[in-house]
Amino acid sequence: MSYILSEEEQMLRDSAQAFLAEKSPVSELRRLRDEGCKDGFRHAIWKDMADMGWNGIVIPEEFGGVDMGFTAAGLILQEMGRTLAATPFLASSVLCATALRYGGTDGQKSEHLPKIASGEKVYALAVDEKARHDASHIETRARKDGNGFRLSGQKRHVVCGNGADMLIVAARMDDDSIGLFLVDPEASGVERTLRRSVDSHAPANIQFDDVKLDGDALLSETEDGSALLDLVLDSGRACLAAEQLGIAEEAFSRTLDYIKEREQFGQKIGSFQSLQHRAAHLLTEVEMTQSLVIKALRQLDEAPSQAPLWIAAAKAKATRVSRLSSAEAIQMHGGVGMTDEYEIGFFYKRAQAAGEFLGDDAWGAGRVAQLSGY
Amino acid sequence: MSDLESFRNDVRDWLEANCPDSMRKPMKSEKDICWGGKRFEFSSDDQKAWLERMAEKGWTCPSWPKEYGGGGLSKDEAQILKEEMERIKARPPLISFGIWMLGPALLKYGSEEQKCHYLPQITRGEIRWAQGYSEPGAGSDLAALRTKGDDKGDHWIVNGQKVWTSYADECDWIFALVRTEPDAPKHLGISFLLIDMEWDGVSTKPIKLISGKSPFCETFFDDVKVPKENIVHQPGRGWDVAKYLLSHERANIAGGGSGAQMNPVAAAHKSGEVDENGRVADPILRGDIARLTIDALAFETTLQRIKDQADGGQGVGAKASMLKYYGTELNKRRHELNMSALGSDGLLWEGENPEDGDPARGWLRSRANSIEGGTSEIQLNILAKRVLELPGG
Repeated sequence: MSYILSEEEQMLRDSAQAFLAEKSPVSELRRLRDEGCKDGFRHAIWKDMADMGWNGIVIPEEFGGVDMGFTAAGLILQEMGRTLAATPFLASSVLCATALRYGGTDGQKSEHLPKIASGEKVYALAVDEKARHDASHIETRARKDGNGFRLSGQKRHVVCGNGADMLIVAARMDDDSIGLFLVDPEASGVERTLRRSVDSHAPANIQFDDVKLDGDALLSETEDGSALLDLVLDSGRACLAAEQLGIAEEAFSRTLDYIKEREQFGQKIGSFQSLQHRAAHLLTEVEMTQSLVIKALRQLDEAPSQAPLWIAAAKAKATRVSRLSSAEAIQMHGGVGMTDEYEIGFFYKRAQAAGEFLGDDAWGAGRVAQLSGY
Repeated sequence: MSDLESFRNDVRDWLEANCPDSMRKPMKSEKDICWGGKRFEFSSDDQKAWLERMAEKGWTCPSWPKEYGGGGLSKDEAQILKEEMERIKARPPLISFGIWMLGPALLKYGSEEQKCHYLPQITRGEIRWAQGYSEPGAGSDLAALRTKGDDKGDHWIVNGQKVWTSYADECDWIFALVRTEPDAPKHLGISFLLIDMEWDGVSTKPIKLISGKSPFCETFFDDVKVPKENIVHQPGRGWDVAKYLLSHERANIAGGGSGAQMNPVAAAHKSGEVDENGRVADPILRGDIARLTIDALAFETTLQRIKDQADGGQGVGAKASMLKYYGTELNKRRHELNMSALGSDGLLWEGENPEDGDPARGWLRSRANSIEGGTSEIQLNILAKRVLELPGG
């Protein structure tokens, strides 16, 4: 296992950096917010990303993807973290693509994966029912009904849920096992409520009231839906940790620039030891986070059975460090850091939301303890 | 079969035939460590045989050149040797400041004669070295040192005092920083000298720490005559050698020392503070331990990643400060949690068993990790200036 990026990976990262700097800088997120965008992302940019091949990054070539693996997906998300690009990438191209790839029948894969890869449709994953992430708490029911199912329940804060064209919903079946179901959000009995969030994304609460599903709505390639859900969530966590790393890096880098320029008491504030030590501490924490993130992504690609511990550690560490970095950014920017005009506050907001999604640092610590047997 | 695979097989066979069974068990205490040196008393015949066999192969210093007593192994081969030794839990045959501090400095800055003379003595464990850096008035501000060498033509007359000279009372030689150019600027007046501790005028006495007995000493130089050929690098350039060597020391302290094997979960089992499922009973303590585990995984991974980068040609440089800072702070936390998990059992200072006071002593000793080899604050200063390039105050 190598911690060094391959040439191909470096090229991908460089092109992501260039693309996002041009098409989706932080000002684009501000525009989405100010326009009151109900989908939470810009469709034109999403199409451009599909043209770059990103939307099918973990999708096999036979289904229209480029199949570059989770490390590659993480590298793109890391760059998205740096510009706070709001896109369906994590929800659609990582979470749902993974669910379909590993849980879908050949028929389901051929029908859905090309749509994700081409950007024609946006998919979102609906799991959480409680305020804090807890994938073991699923009360949404999928009752057998003839050849199909009847779905009832309530999903909370479905990321990218308001703009999604298709949902993958985790529900409990008649034998209490977990199944993942493809559900059309326009179907009768589905009701979405937009929940504008602090990071200017557009998640939704979604109510399912006796929604009629065909038999082939169930991702049935695997018997063990619970293991499938674990894999899907872990792939999302590893990639999301990479986005959080990008947030931490960019907030830190902007802060460094600022304290090298800003003068008070006739000198650069970056010359004060109280700020120098905090900056050096942040540098160290960001470096530690980088290591865990690349380790988690590589493990997911190369040794998935070993990956869960590293992913939990990476998600926990990236949550803490992205929040620390962006909080310190506001403090070191002083008054301007509190203004909406300045962009640094957007990083702090996104760090909070990204930290919460799929499990925060407390969740990660609990999982590490559990996986380590204590 | 590739060359490396056949090398691995050879190593495996050789270790199987040559590593005594008693050297394949974890070290229990300080006295299981083989430090070498003229006055070293081996704790068993196996310990002696293991050192001699490994030294014969050059594997006490696997990657040093063969002509200086090393093994001449490539990075990959040295890694294989390390893995194969870990696989059978073989103890290190020899641990010494000579190996991880003086040796690398001599390889970089020593003359050919010095390398031929001193390095094989180190690899064979014949000479035990002490380090003479800090002084009562020169701790974090090391370059303020005042031990001086008066130039007498073919030798210096050295006078002064060093502190924190680890194990100096058991060592044969000491490498010391001495001010030989009194008129030069602070950092440019220091030379790196090699001094025999049996020479007239060298004396040493131990220092007692909050953890009880300690390996640290004070060492005094009273009109000690040091020949000019005993300088490493040029007069006044000792600071370069010291800095280079400190980065090795930092990487080593960062490695965790005694603390890396310490496990607060095992401590909770020992003190009975676990529930019926074997989980740490106190949920808040369990969470604290899990957060420690996460940071320890991050640290361990960062060590490997920085090593990968170094192999790929990127320098480690000031990143050693990052590792030193993070690793030592982590180690202190690990000891604190170990004490918490042990509860009142951790407070034991002496008991029936020789290891009874170990947790408390280890915990107290760990406080020095973020002081020795440059304090945490010094490491943060180095990072702020050299990596972040923040303006001077």
